[in-house]
Amino acid sequence: MSIEIYIDLVLVIFLVITGLAVIYVRNLFAVAMLSGIYSLLMASIFVVLDAVDVAFTEASVGAGISTVLMLGVLAITGNREKVSHKSSVLPLLIVIGTGSLLVYGTWDLPMFGDPNAPVHMHVAPEYISNTYKHTGMPNIVTAVLASYRGYDTLGEVGVIFTAGIGVLLLLSKRKTKKEVNQQNKLKEKL
Amino acid sequence: MKHHTIPRVIAKLTIPGIILFGLYVQFHGDYGPGGGFQAGVIIGAAMILYGLIFGLDDLRNVAPQKIVTLLVAIGFLLYAGVGVVTQILGANFLEYGVLAHSQKDGQHIGIILVEIGVGITVAAVMITIFYMFAGRK
Repeated sequence: MSIEIYIDLVLVIFLVITGLAVIYVRNLFAVAMLSGIYSLLMASIFVVLDAVDVAFTEASVGAGISTVLMLGVLAITGNREKVSHKSSVLPLLIVIGTGSLLVYGTWDLPMFGDPNAPVHMHVAPEYISNTYKHTGMPNIVTAVLASYRGYDTLGEVGVIFTAGIGVLLLLSKRKTKKEVNQQNKLKEKL
Repeated sequence: MKHHTIPRVIAKLTIPGIILFGLYVQFHGDYGPGGGFQAGVIIGAAMILYGLIFGLDDLRNVAPQKIVTLLVAIGFLLYAGVGVVTQILGANFLEYGVLAHSQKDGQHIGIILVEIGVGITVAAVMITIFYMFAGRK
């Protein structure tokens, strides 16, 4: 057995421990930090799987920005979780059902690293052999994202843009006309 | 958090490094892992960390809210603008080859511009989200 299996095993065990800790710890500050650790472990697994760009995104988004935003929210709310006494049988059944369906789905997937997997037979060899010739980019991932699939990435930026505008519209405290009118009336009365 | 010495000192030490790393990721995306999205998130995180430690008012001095809101749109427009420019130069939308004399140089220029657009929008959106959440007191 190669050393990679042991690394995978250790990382997965840590993932399970962190996941359980997130459920059982009641201090929300600790939970925010733990979910950051979860993302960092996930990023390490992506590195082991040779998906460096995905790992980078997971580390910066999951461990970085979400943790920081979560801390920002915790500064406004309290940092203790309310204990709920609801029965957790139904959620548990749903989670087990979905989980077993997903595991059942993996049986149809090709083995990891299988050179005959469909994904390696279609456009991937084209990209690998021609990217440098076409674009002069050593990083194929960047070339695919920004050049070959430029439309899709433009759409993604559009999604992020829309999300930002949505948050801005929902949460910004710009006054409506009615509120401004009311304030003016109050001032006149005074 | 302004009165906690240790977070303040650590933040002061690390924030320049984080921003520098973000710029490295931004402009090194053609050669190594990373690109505009990751760089935007990293720079956004650096600004938010600054806001968490030194307070919203200090962050408003560094990154005024109006400018950040404008940048959300500017990044997206930069990306789409590159596409329009390539169209004006007679090629398809986002076909970078026409931006320079040789196909490879054109690709380089196009990809770098587009990635800068992605980075600007992502960083600005992250800072905006933080402003919106942290400003609700």
